[in-house]
Amino acid sequence: MAPLVAALVALFAIAGLAGAAESSTRVARPAIKVEKAGACVEPTDEMRRNHMNMLFQQRDQTVHLGLRSPRHSLKGCVDCHANPATGSVLGKDGFCESCHAYAAVKIDCFECHSSSPRRAAAGLEPIAPMKATAQ
Amino acid sequence: MSLDRRAFLGMGVAGAGAMLAPGLRLIELAQARSPEEAASTLKRWGLLIDTVKCTDCEVCVTACNEENGVAGHGRPATDPQWIRKATLSDKRTGHVQSLPLMCQHCEDPPCVDVCPTGASFKRADGIVLVDKHTCIGCRYCVMACPYGARSFVHEAVTGQKPDVPRGKGTVESCTLCVQRVDRGATPACVEACDKDGGKAMVFGDLNDRAGELNRRLRVEPSSALRPELSLDPAVRYQGL
Repeated sequence: MAPLVAALVALFAIAGLAGAAESSTRVARPAIKVEKAGACVEPTDEMRRNHMNMLFQQRDQTVHLGLRSPRHSLKGCVDCHANPATGSVLGKDGFCESCHAYAAVKIDCFECHSSSPRRAAAGLEPIAPMKATAQ
Repeated sequence: MSLDRRAFLGMGVAGAGAMLAPGLRLIELAQARSPEEAASTLKRWGLLIDTVKCTDCEVCVTACNEENGVAGHGRPATDPQWIRKATLSDKRTGHVQSLPLMCQHCEDPPCVDVCPTGASFKRADGIVLVDKHTCIGCRYCVMACPYGARSFVHEAVTGQKPDVPRGKGTVESCTLCVQRVDRGATPACVEACDKDGGKAMVFGDLNDRAGELNRRLRVEPSSALRPELSLDPAVRYQGL
């Protein structure tokens, strides 16, 4: 009898928790709004768990080796995920900040890095290619 | 006349590199590295600055500040400075010269020797940089640099350029516009000097014997600043 009761209690508890998680409005949820259509550079689960490792790997390669592949770059994240209203990944509804606030993880990338996308689309002058020096 | 295989192929290569029309080549000689290709020790980026052509304008300084988002707070003692115009005057003759002074991208940089965390480093292609992720802001490198080329960021920075992250508590200096060099462009100061200044600066690969920089250093006199230190800087001056 006792194992059956325990199993039932456990079942109710799980159902109750699931219900609370879906309908609760007391817990602040992160504002994960992806405005841009299309897939991210890696599957969503992989990105949620490991995006920081990809960024660390990419930053060391970029700074020390000059490898500027856009795939896992912070600039790539910002270009895609900046909120079109604020033009930033920070702020209450910003893609990065809202989730980091929810997870209570300090985000210090943007103390140095720009939180706004590149202004290439906004008519920034293209850079002239290097002159060929050999004759 | 008979052509062997090697000579025939050589002619093809020479033809491909030749000018089809002014400014148009079949194969571009100075190609940008692909984003998947690491900086190579085969290249060493450098500058040649002709102080005779250098006028008393400041377009190089303005262009650098604009490209890298370097802005001061009106406090010259602590504001960061990546490039500055230095004035040299001969006390006896009164002859005054003006020249741009920035990180000299030494072959044996003292800033790298003294860095306790490895943040100050020299890239394979000779560009001396600070990895601000590991910089603790101790400023040993600022003291070690004989050219006074490094600055400490004393105040919080906002509005950084996406390509040039900058932040309080780290040391910074001229990067030879590494973000532009990596995509095959010249540094902002050189471009501005060519356009609006005295055309006093030449940027290029010191190792490329076909390049203008290497050719001019080979056939014309030039000097390094503080040559007695034997740091072999990548920035050379003429007319000092």
